[in-house]
Amino acid sequence: MNPIHSMPAWAAVPVALLLVLGGAIAFIGALGLVRLPTFYQRIHGPAVIVALGAGCILAASMLYFTVLQHRPVIHELLIGAFLLMTAPVVAMLVTRASVYRDLQSGKRSPGGPGEVYRPPDERDGH
Amino acid sequence: MTTLLALAIAFAMTCLVLAMLLCAVRLLVGPSAQDRVLALDTLWMCCMLLALLMGMRFGSAVYYDAALLIALIGFASTIALAKFLARGEIIQ
Repeated sequence: MNPIHSMPAWAAVPVALLLVLGGAIAFIGALGLVRLPTFYQRIHGPAVIVALGAGCILAASMLYFTVLQHRPVIHELLIGAFLLMTAPVVAMLVTRASVYRDLQSGKRSPGGPGEVYRPPDERDGH
Repeated sequence: MTTLLALAIAFAMTCLVLAMLLCAVRLLVGPSAQDRVLALDTLWMCCMLLALLMGMRFGSAVYYDAALLIALIGFASTIALAKFLARGEIIQ
């Protein structure tokens, strides 16, 4: 009774390709989250998952249910639009919080905010 | 061809579970609090994609609603955590 068995071959191939691509990209993004050395580089890992991984899997889901139910199923676009709208907001807020905390604690990581921008009280001294 | 599709769904599910494991590693190891917030954000994202894949695997539309709810609540929780990191309070 598995619905997979009622899929025609011409639709199964692109859906499978999109799924493999989306899964691999999501794994690569999470790998970047673990492997990259500083926080400001790590923030790019989830961006890959949101833009490409989620996009591929949402497109695969749309194609799959459209073929399976013999009618256009586009409600996955709602999740896609929501993710594309909220991902930059989340990235900006988390990065701003991190910059603020790094400057507060006086941390000087290479490439971090302490190198590029000095807090006002330190700038006055020089 | 349906075997190919089943294999692709299984592969994508495995990849997403591995990605969630990596996020959990960053969540536990993460040197700073913002690393943990970022790991949690990625974790709910992978969880949402996994819910979508389960919907495809079982051919059910219920999982779509679950994925939409996870996206909405995850966004709100990440915003709340980021504001807490920046200000030390959520609602002022």
